[in-house]
Amino acid sequence: MIHSLFLINHTGDIFLEKHWKSVISRSVCDYFFEAKEKAVDPENVPPVLQTPHHYLITIYRGKLFFLSVIQTEVPPLFVIEFLHRVADTFQDYFGECSEVIIKDNVVTVYELLEEMLDNGFPLATESNVLKEMIRPPTILRSVVNTLTGSSNVGDTLPTGQLSNIPWRRAGVKYTNNEAYFDVIEEIDAILDKSGTTVFAEIQGVIEACVRLTGMPDLTLSFMNPRLLDDVSFHPCVRFKRWESERVLSFIPPDGNFTLMTYHVSSQNLVAIPVYVKQNISFFETGNCGRLDITIGPKQTMGKTVEGLMVTVHMPKAVLSTNLTASQGNYTYDLATKVLVWDVGKLNPQKLPNLRGSLSMQAGAPKPEENPSLNIDLKIQQLAISGLKVSRLDMYGEKYKPFKGVKYVTKAGKFQVRT
Amino acid sequence: MQEWANQLCENRQFGSKMTDSKYFTTTKKGEIFELKAELNSDKKEKKKEAVKKVIASMTVGKDVSALFPDVVNCMQTDNLELKKLVYLYLMNYAKSQPDMAIMAVNTFVKDCEDPNPLIRALAVRTMGCIRVDKITEYLCEPLRKCLKDEDPYVRKTAAVCVAKLHDINAQLVEDQGFLDTLKDLISDSNPMVVANAVAALSEIAESHPNSNLLDLNPQTINKLLTALNECTEWGQIFILDCLANYTPRDDRESQSICERVTPRLSHANSAVVLSAVKVLMKFMEMLPKDLDYYGTLLKKLAPPLVTLLSAEPELQYVALRNINLIVQRRPEILKHEMKVFFVKYNDPIYVKLEKLDIMIRLASQANIAQVLAELKEYATEVDVDFVRKAVRAIGRCAIKVEQSAERCVSTLLDLIQTKVNYVVQEAIVVIKDIFRKYPNKYESVIATLCENLDSLDEPEARAAMIWIVGEYAERIDNADELLESFLEGFHDESTQVQLQLLTAIVKLFLKKPTETQELVQQVLSLATQDSDNPDLRDRGYIYWRLLSTDPVAAKEVVLAEKPLISEETDLIEPTLLEELICHIGTLASVYHKPPSAFVEGSRGVQHKRLPGSAGSGESVESPDTGSAAGVSEAPPAVIPSQGDLLGDLLNLDLTPPTTTGPPPPSSGMQMGAMDLLGGGLDSLMGDESEPLGGDLGGSPAMGAGFGAPPAAMPASFTAPVSGGLDDLFDLGGGVGMPMGAYSPPKTVWLPAMKAKGLEISGTFARRAGVIQMEMTLTNKAMSVMTDFAIQFNRNSFGLAPAGPLQVLTPLSPNQSIEVTLPLNTVGPVMKMEPLNNLQVAVKNNIDVFYFSCQYPISMLFVEDGKMERQVFLATWKDIPNDNESQFQIKDCHLNSDAASNKLQGSNIFTIAKRTVEGQDMLYQSMKLTNGIWVLAELRVQAGNPNYTISLKCRAPEVSQCVFQSYEAVLKN
Repeated sequence: MIHSLFLINHTGDIFLEKHWKSVISRSVCDYFFEAKEKAVDPENVPPVLQTPHHYLITIYRGKLFFLSVIQTEVPPLFVIEFLHRVADTFQDYFGECSEVIIKDNVVTVYELLEEMLDNGFPLATESNVLKEMIRPPTILRSVVNTLTGSSNVGDTLPTGQLSNIPWRRAGVKYTNNEAYFDVIEEIDAILDKSGTTVFAEIQGVIEACVRLTGMPDLTLSFMNPRLLDDVSFHPCVRFKRWESERVLSFIPPDGNFTLMTYHVSSQNLVAIPVYVKQNISFFETGNCGRLDITIGPKQTMGKTVEGLMVTVHMPKAVLSTNLTASQGNYTYDLATKVLVWDVGKLNPQKLPNLRGSLSMQAGAPKPEENPSLNIDLKIQQLAISGLKVSRLDMYGEKYKPFKGVKYVTKAGKFQVRT
Repeated sequence: MQEWANQLCENRQFGSKMTDSKYFTTTKKGEIFELKAELNSDKKEKKKEAVKKVIASMTVGKDVSALFPDVVNCMQTDNLELKKLVYLYLMNYAKSQPDMAIMAVNTFVKDCEDPNPLIRALAVRTMGCIRVDKITEYLCEPLRKCLKDEDPYVRKTAAVCVAKLHDINAQLVEDQGFLDTLKDLISDSNPMVVANAVAALSEIAESHPNSNLLDLNPQTINKLLTALNECTEWGQIFILDCLANYTPRDDRESQSICERVTPRLSHANSAVVLSAVKVLMKFMEMLPKDLDYYGTLLKKLAPPLVTLLSAEPELQYVALRNINLIVQRRPEILKHEMKVFFVKYNDPIYVKLEKLDIMIRLASQANIAQVLAELKEYATEVDVDFVRKAVRAIGRCAIKVEQSAERCVSTLLDLIQTKVNYVVQEAIVVIKDIFRKYPNKYESVIATLCENLDSLDEPEARAAMIWIVGEYAERIDNADELLESFLEGFHDESTQVQLQLLTAIVKLFLKKPTETQELVQQVLSLATQDSDNPDLRDRGYIYWRLLSTDPVAAKEVVLAEKPLISEETDLIEPTLLEELICHIGTLASVYHKPPSAFVEGSRGVQHKRLPGSAGSGESVESPDTGSAAGVSEAPPAVIPSQGDLLGDLLNLDLTPPTTTGPPPPSSGMQMGAMDLLGGGLDSLMGDESEPLGGDLGGSPAMGAGFGAPPAAMPASFTAPVSGGLDDLFDLGGGVGMPMGAYSPPKTVWLPAMKAKGLEISGTFARRAGVIQMEMTLTNKAMSVMTDFAIQFNRNSFGLAPAGPLQVLTPLSPNQSIEVTLPLNTVGPVMKMEPLNNLQVAVKNNIDVFYFSCQYPISMLFVEDGKMERQVFLATWKDIPNDNESQFQIKDCHLNSDAASNKLQGSNIFTIAKRTVEGQDMLYQSMKLTNGIWVLAELRVQAGNPNYTISLKCRAPEVSQCVFQSYEAVLKN
């Protein structure tokens, strides 16, 4: 099982280590540093590394490497999932997951790690359970603790740990009872030069924020559940009900959680909300090139496209750009060679356009590769797959909760090839 | 201390930055001293702050072990946070301060009785983490109580604690009966307890492969399946992995388990999903294919696999490695999902490369157009590794999907036109493969290829180009000029290129003998006289001899029709694939190697196999084809990727082995022996052989050659000659070593019916310090066999052929030849089961055949295996008694001296002999090639045919094999 954990920042300093079995020297990380050196970009470091006596499994999150050391045959996905869970927990506890914040809360971090894993076996990873045992730091509490000497470690057995619903703590009380669901869909797509869809799919997620007193039992039903053939659920969802009736029946965790994720596959037709007309070319002579990008609405279901942004990774030889944007601003980062055009709202009457010239390093050959365009966008009040929630019912409690559903569509990995 | 206090005040004043980072601020000298004072402070608050500071220092790797007694003093407190912090500290440093750690024992024992279950659990959990023997003794009683605690939270913690204790002291756990208690916990009423018990047992079982700890029967399976629905996601992983080891009794049971596992495919945790996939993939084997449920299950598997690809890149990577296995086993699952494997430009490179692999596996006539368009796109990307692989992928598509070959070739030509250096080189390498797959079809492109000759600077590309020129010499007008241009820098080329150049020029000569005589002589002399590389030299000699003896035969050998390369490259070998499918989701599946190959500490991991199909409807399979046949009707021929076990075998002609290890003793001597033998041959060789023969004859190599073992004997030019030689050498061997080492009689390793008519029988022997594999190859087929080559899989002692398999003449039908292959022990090592198992691949012009055989371990006993008496005594005492194993040798009628003599012949040396009450005790030692010493005590009682032997060795796993060798040697 998981033997040790090292936290490493992107410059390669180990700033925290935790061992669940015997202590392993931090020199084991040298193999990782070697691989990191070789990979150049931190994103490209292979996640599973073999060393003479250990295996190193790493994830890269928020400019930090979470490196775990294992010695026996352990499912790597198990380790990777766990590491992501550690990062999620830090995020949940401290609001962000960064070197500074971890150092600021090092003792809590250490207590958390000890609670999450015992002898390499996961112990408590549900945020509800953890929060009952180790209270998250707040400014007020730390002041009070310092003054009164009380601790932030709970001394009762977390109730959720043993019940059949480990995700929910007992005795929850709210004055305002509310349940909100956000249906968020991301379009992953690759469009080719001519604008034809090479590949497109929708990754959907339903995020919930449930603050309800007692032990509510919820049922969420959809207008068109047939859309969903590939789903993964939070453990609270009763799978049998889904299989037989296509409704989500569950006792929710307290607070924020991901109720389900789904995936509308490339087999179904995926609506592409915008089209992109682009022309990026480099001339054989004169060390310059031209760029011309226009974006227009395609299948937006009558909604407005907002937060439109185009990112282009230019070839290394491009020194500077001289462009005019009919709408929004653009920046070109010389160091990373990234051109970002922040368009904003898409106005169907006056299509945004960016055009101008690119100047290249003198004497550099014409670039071989064509830069791809990355598109970001957002459409409020629309789930592009057409998914709609029809109703939410609550059983088991008597009060009337506030209920709400929000939809939003975003671009995920949305790429246009040139 | 002052500074610390000041800062604390400051923090209080502002009340804002109340974070733990303050613990990092005191880094001055005397820090330890200050902390010590604070830890001993009367004020609780100060104590806690001090412990926090200590913990903070510990987390960043500072050594604060000096504070041990002071921190332990803080342990007796009712403040839970302080207690936890002290426990954290204890776990880290108890090992380095065992005596001090004892001080904590009482508190632990007391805490295990605390009314609060949280404290009981915490105490037992922490005690298990303190890896000090003295403490573990005290742990047993509290642990026993906690395993039966009324509170499930304590029980589940205690279950894990058993695994911890086992890691520290396995014997203790067994003696105390904790394993049985743990087994009982599988039937616990609380699912969390069940899951932890399973996890603990699985971990313990890993170090005890044969212990049968997880004895699964339908009842326990039912309990596990019930717990599966109710426990945490991590518990589900443990239970699913455990289920995967079960073999259902029949297809009905298999189906019912599958039905109960499928809901896990919709779990949010990808590790749960993949473990469920493993269970389903394995149990599916047992379902009859005509069952409706079988089809339903296949359909259900695709979506979760696709979903894994939308997770974080690290998860994607592991998922992709596993999908790679799954599509090889069951391509139908994902055949419609090609598009999800399309590469996005901001995927990490490790994801890109894996996706590419799977795209090719899924490529078929239906989707080839899409795939090719994508690959062409990738070939213009920035990342060099990725571009190369994309170009290679185009070639693989051409080979896999015949209809697309033409389009692939034209795509490759387009890419060559880009003149990007590495693209051109990759393209040429794959075009070579395309030529081999579709001979006489695309040669029109050769002209374009030749234009790029100068830009090639990588050995593989150069070798490929040279192969093309040699192969199609008759169609390239200036082939001789082209090859000559390469010849100028012959010595600077890599071995791969040199060998290829040699072969290509010989081919050229055979095709256009008139103009190229000079060229061929030049290359032969470069290869044989100026080169130090034994491979190159040998090949040079072979060609030389062939050309001068019988040009017609040479033509038949060199220009023989090549076997077609099969369509799918680098597929995993079927048996390995089966094993890996059983290990889906594990490290083995990421590395595509069996776990025994790399996991440390997994002593003798058992090879897992897929269960056979129950398939009542389709059961006309012969028993020995087993499960594999049940699933894949026509197992595809395999060309493993280069660098793989057999890669070199098939590519022999293209990329010859580049090992330049110890030169096989054969080369010099071989020619010498030849000359000795056949005056007739000399004349056949003509002028050219004169300088050669003379040179060798005078060299000391030849004199030495005779003393050398027959290992060095060339297998044969013609069978009778070799037979004669063998006799000669047997005689010599007899003189040199009166007590020849024991060599078992030849047995049939590869029956003819399994190898398309090739029968191989053989044995192993050790002659004058050289290990030999002696084989008889018999051709029982109707056609001539040529191009023999041999390769070993990695094995326990690194056995590897010390030279090529010397079968130089074609083996005609019904002919047998004797071949002796010298072996060395410098090959790659991998532990085998049984230890002395050797997997061999033999290739000939027809196919590649695999077989495995077992060698007597006595073959590995080296000549200097005699230990000094004193050393023997000391070593015997030094090796723990656990490592001693005792065996009986029955029905042996030798007296002790005869036995000792006989054993000495096999390098088992008697060091001392003692006689006690009519019983002779022989103390013996032997040493294995890898330096492992084995000590033995052999007890022989006069008149009693049963011997008792005790073996002691630091690596006790060899004992069984050594015993077998004793038995074999003594009885023969």
